[in-house]
Amino acid sequence: MKPVLVDPAAAVSDIPDGASIMVGGFAGVGVPVLLLRALAQRGVRDLTIIANGTPHRRDPANQAAMVPASMIARAILSFPVGASPQPENPYEQGYERGAIGLEIVPQGTLAERIRAGGAGIPAFYTPTGVGTPFADGKEVREINGRLCVLEHALRADFALIRAHTADRLGNLTYRNAGRNFNPIMAMAADVSIAEVDAVVEPGTLDPEHVVTPGIFVDRIVVAERERVA
Amino acid sequence: MPDRLTRDVIAMRVAAEIPDEAYVNLGIGMPTLVADYVLSEKRIVFHAENGVLGTGPFPEPGSEIPDLINAGGQFTTLIPGAAFMDSAESFAIVRGRHLDVAVLGGLQVSERGDLANWRRVDRRVGSIGGAADIAAGAKRLFVMMEHTTRDGQPKIVRSCTYPLTGCRVVNKIFTDVAVIAVADDGLVLEEVAPGWRAADVQAVTEARLQVSPTLCEIAL
Repeated sequence: MKPVLVDPAAAVSDIPDGASIMVGGFAGVGVPVLLLRALAQRGVRDLTIIANGTPHRRDPANQAAMVPASMIARAILSFPVGASPQPENPYEQGYERGAIGLEIVPQGTLAERIRAGGAGIPAFYTPTGVGTPFADGKEVREINGRLCVLEHALRADFALIRAHTADRLGNLTYRNAGRNFNPIMAMAADVSIAEVDAVVEPGTLDPEHVVTPGIFVDRIVVAERERVA
Repeated sequence: MPDRLTRDVIAMRVAAEIPDEAYVNLGIGMPTLVADYVLSEKRIVFHAENGVLGTGPFPEPGSEIPDLINAGGQFTTLIPGAAFMDSAESFAIVRGRHLDVAVLGGLQVSERGDLANWRRVDRRVGSIGGAADIAAGAKRLFVMMEHTTRDGQPKIVRSCTYPLTGCRVVNKIFTDVAVIAVADDGLVLEEVAPGWRAADVQAVTEARLQVSPTLCEIAL
């Protein structure tokens, strides 16, 4: 059985300075809002954040849950900034001024690097990014007549993910577009913490419907579903 | 110069180019409009790279479903038979050459089909999102964009000056004045907006255009 916590602060209480953290979510959907808020309140420093993007700005609940830019030393993202410059945005300032070391990764490569990290594949070749800045400094070789870039797997100390329902063995189901990076991040971290709407007894979830098998999940936090004004 | 086409008319022209029962990914921004103009009898299945295969029309105000968004972060709906997936599987669709057509916006396209669409040279940081994977993986890549920048600079160029999204990836360019195919030996002007002559299009294009023997007006 996996620990089921009701206090998000307790779930993130052992995340230290300098930790690498994967954060699930895409444009505000499938974001572990309560875990992020608890992490922000911990005030740790020098974090490496691996995520699709900076948490979505239009959503006040997520905005409040953003890990403050001052806590982040390094970020690995596919979507760091919006289409129009936002010079007052602290993340954008951090990227522009170099206070946050930014690695921009094509989204599919980011997803596959995370999947590979969870699957024990240390690196792989992909055609994405050949001839672009995303291949700079990386090995490029021709495979089956096509040029491909060598990309390395990503792992993290912690994954903060959002699912819909968990059972006490950690099996997870998701809802709508809420999967995105969550199932693969659950695989790719030493400690995976899942924020969910509900926890049920083992045997309640149909094994055919489990998306993330419980072996990938270490802690469960039950969230009252966030209400966004 | 004669009038240029509106974004909606460009979207109609792109929609006409999409074959029946195709699996299609539409990029953020202008390409999103294409979904409004594909005929339902074509039974197109739209892929949203955040993890939805089979997105439907935008929901009526007030009937949005939480957590059901497209890759542009807009609320969407599902067609009967839609499927959800995680990001790795979603990009297996993209990179694994399962998408028949993708439509992306563009900042610049070069005469050999290079695409630049993720960072302006005057910004230090840009967002690539899924564009590089989609550019490398779609069976056919269409670029939909205005023919020139707001200050009149050509966006169809000999060589891109903006950082690339993909190298030799574009198949066809749809703009507010022309439809241009990318061939092995360069760009071929196939269609012009009503009132435009081939020379008019060349005058706002840095790359050299060959004129198709079947050059015609863009028709809907």
